[in-house]
Amino acid sequence: MSLISNIVEQLINGLRTGSIYALIALGYTMVYGIAKMINFAHGDIIMVGAYALYVFAALLGLPVPVSIILTIVVCAVLGITVERIAYKPLRSAPSLAVLITAIGVSYFLQNIALLIFKATPIPFGSVIKVSSFKIGGIHISGITIVTFIVTFVAMAVLTWFINKTRAGSAMRAVSEDKGAAALMGINVNKTISMTFAIGSALAAVAGILFICQYESLSPTLGALPGIKAFVAAVLGGIGSIPGAMLGGLVLGIIESISKAYISTQLADAIVFSVLVIVLLVKPSGLLGKMKAEKV
Amino acid sequence: MALLEVKNLGISFGGLRAVDDLNMSIEQGSLVGLIGPNGAGKTTAFNLLTGVYAPSEGTITLDGENLVGKGPTDICQAGIARTFQNIRLFSKMTVLDNVKVALHNHVSYGLVTSFFHIGAYAKKEKEMDERALEILKVFDLDGQADTLASNLPYGKQRKLEIARALATEPKLLLLDEPAAGMNPNETKELMDTIQLIRDKFKITILLIEHDMKLVSGICEYLYVLNFGMELAHGEPTEVLNDPKVITAYLGE
Amino acid sequence: MNKKINKTIIINIVAAIVVYAVVMILTQGGILGRQAMSIIIPCCVNVILAVSLCLLVGFLGELTLGHAGFMSIGAYAGALTTNALELPPILELIIALVVGGVIAALFSLIIGLPVLRLKGDYLAIVTLGFGEIIKSVINSLGFTGGAKGLTGISAYSNYKNFTFVYIIVLLTIVVIANLVYSRHGRAICAVRDNYIAAEAVGIKVSKFKTMAFVISGFFAGVAGVFYAHNVGILKPVNFDYNKSIEILVMVVLGGMGNIKGAIVAAVILTALPEVLRGASEYRMLLYAIVLIAMMLFNNSKLRTSLLEKRNMKKAMNIQKEGE
Repeated sequence: MSLISNIVEQLINGLRTGSIYALIALGYTMVYGIAKMINFAHGDIIMVGAYALYVFAALLGLPVPVSIILTIVVCAVLGITVERIAYKPLRSAPSLAVLITAIGVSYFLQNIALLIFKATPIPFGSVIKVSSFKIGGIHISGITIVTFIVTFVAMAVLTWFINKTRAGSAMRAVSEDKGAAALMGINVNKTISMTFAIGSALAAVAGILFICQYESLSPTLGALPGIKAFVAAVLGGIGSIPGAMLGGLVLGIIESISKAYISTQLADAIVFSVLVIVLLVKPSGLLGKMKAEKV
Repeated sequence: MALLEVKNLGISFGGLRAVDDLNMSIEQGSLVGLIGPNGAGKTTAFNLLTGVYAPSEGTITLDGENLVGKGPTDICQAGIARTFQNIRLFSKMTVLDNVKVALHNHVSYGLVTSFFHIGAYAKKEKEMDERALEILKVFDLDGQADTLASNLPYGKQRKLEIARALATEPKLLLLDEPAAGMNPNETKELMDTIQLIRDKFKITILLIEHDMKLVSGICEYLYVLNFGMELAHGEPTEVLNDPKVITAYLGE
Repeated sequence: MNKKINKTIIINIVAAIVVYAVVMILTQGGILGRQAMSIIIPCCVNVILAVSLCLLVGFLGELTLGHAGFMSIGAYAGALTTNALELPPILELIIALVVGGVIAALFSLIIGLPVLRLKGDYLAIVTLGFGEIIKSVINSLGFTGGAKGLTGISAYSNYKNFTFVYIIVLLTIVVIANLVYSRHGRAICAVRDNYIAAEAVGIKVSKFKTMAFVISGFFAGVAGVFYAHNVGILKPVNFDYNKSIEILVMVVLGGMGNIKGAIVAAVILTALPEVLRGASEYRMLLYAIVLIAMMLFNNSKLRTSLLEKRNMKKAMNIQKEGE
């Protein structure tokens, strides 16, 4: 019984981390789908989100719901700004150049945070206060429940938005073929901006959930979840929205199980090994589509 | 026996038969055309011959050697070289280096020689330069040997691609729309060059072309494809007057 | 054409001698402070790293983010070798260089064979993943000292041993620069420019990708050995992907596929923190801004128009000469 409840608890832990990965992975995948680029700086948006929440809620003392909304707005605007300044001029550049620029943006955001908030971690208690409860000997924390609900709602809304709204179908059209979409009267620039805004807003949500879990701020806090989430997006098949969700959850569970039953130190190695194996077997990821080059 | 023997060659993509039951027999030293309307499967046939796609069924033999199951690199070494419909040069390399890449398997030295430029390096590189320039001269490109390939005008890029293919010393040269995008003067000049290289290098040429003047002007034999299937084959005059062929091109 | 090549060779040899002489005068003459002396070997290490990564990013055209991983393999293998041996220092160091380089190359081969089937962004992330795997495996092993680090490594490659290190740096540069101008190097560049065409002219694409990967891994390992015997203590955290990115920045600033540029960038970026000691907080920020600005400039209309102007000028000059 205790072993089973232990496993269940680890699975729940895994799903919780996995949910956060999935939220971040959605941003990677949407941006990849539409701009065909890996937004390496996406993980750092999480960090910005966490610090923004800290500034609004702890330093300025604004009410929590207002702080959360402001945090999301800040991240969305940041996402659009980064795209306009750093990525837009490179739309026709080789993908290597875009990737390097994105790495530059990531460094930029981290170091700005380092200059403003310094390297010493800042303790920051959770702003979401939901009491935990027990079902049949299994302990579930309040933040876990909130994470599940928020992730589920975010995914449901996103799926509806992309499949059922005009703006969503514009996004799908641009990701298929920019040129053709422009000829059909779709504003490509606006659509790409919107994609970055949505992706960054999701990263902000992930950042809020993440910081409520770990309760400590540092300039590089986004790097590791960012990379993990990226691995999740690739695992699921980058460009595929259900793939990002699946990849995130799978990754979270693998990580949590390996930490609990194999080795804490090797958990990261196991996560990356799974990615490598999946890519070697299925180079386009679990749910991705392979495009062969025409000769 | 013919140089190239193709029997019952076919390939499907999903449910689509891109090439179906293709049979070809190309004699040593001949200049043969492969024609057909857009989407007839001509380039797919080239991709099958050069190992880009593996055929679903059928056999390809070059000079008695089976080619099915081999990849592009091995097929090149077996003696088939090609050009591409959408030009594929090594764009950031010079004109000379483009040709020298193709000499890779013919003038060789070891990795250690590459590291330290010792021993045979100077001699072999000089040999490569000479051979490459000799081929470039045929196409009147020797004056631009040090130009970056991407800086050549379009017509010359097409010629460089043919020069590069020739440098692999093929038995059979496949040209995919060599005259595409050329003006009538350039096309005329190209026709002469194609005939010249056939005679000078003693090779066999199979070409895809839309320009009927070029096709009827230089090809000795034609194969016509339509919807992946062979519609007709024979001497140009009889094939081009075949009502089936005319219908395929002009519609009912 | 041959005359021109000979001239550049002579200029390069002169430059190498001048650099050596300047460093020797500075170190022997006691002109440099301790701090400045301590960056001489790190400069050499980073030059080897940058030049070897240049082969992958600039000439093979594949972005890999796991270079620090191969460096760490070389560093640990070399350090464990010298720790186990009881020989004259220079002999120990030479053996360590060979062991470190070969083991790093071996890992490059094992990792490269499957991974190089991937392309572009996927390859970048998988190599990053491998770098992290190597790091966390080293972290969890006993004989590597784990997270606490491997200590007791003799300081064989400090500035007093500059001559030897410098010779190996020159050897690295010569080997990689020569490789680029050889049939093997041309094949590697052909794969970069158009792998389909490369296959069609008889180049085995996977063979040359692996070759570049292994050669680059070997030199990353060599750099790691020097690094280990310079700092004296190895910790897995020093080889995370930030280190890989640092090397990448050098290659990018050098102009991607420009070996001389990569060398200069490596030296400047290693020396810069010393020069800007007061502004060390701004160093990484500066890296970031330079990286972005460089990419934006390289792909901007400004650059194209500048290039066009230069070409115009050249063409005019040629015409004048013709008259």
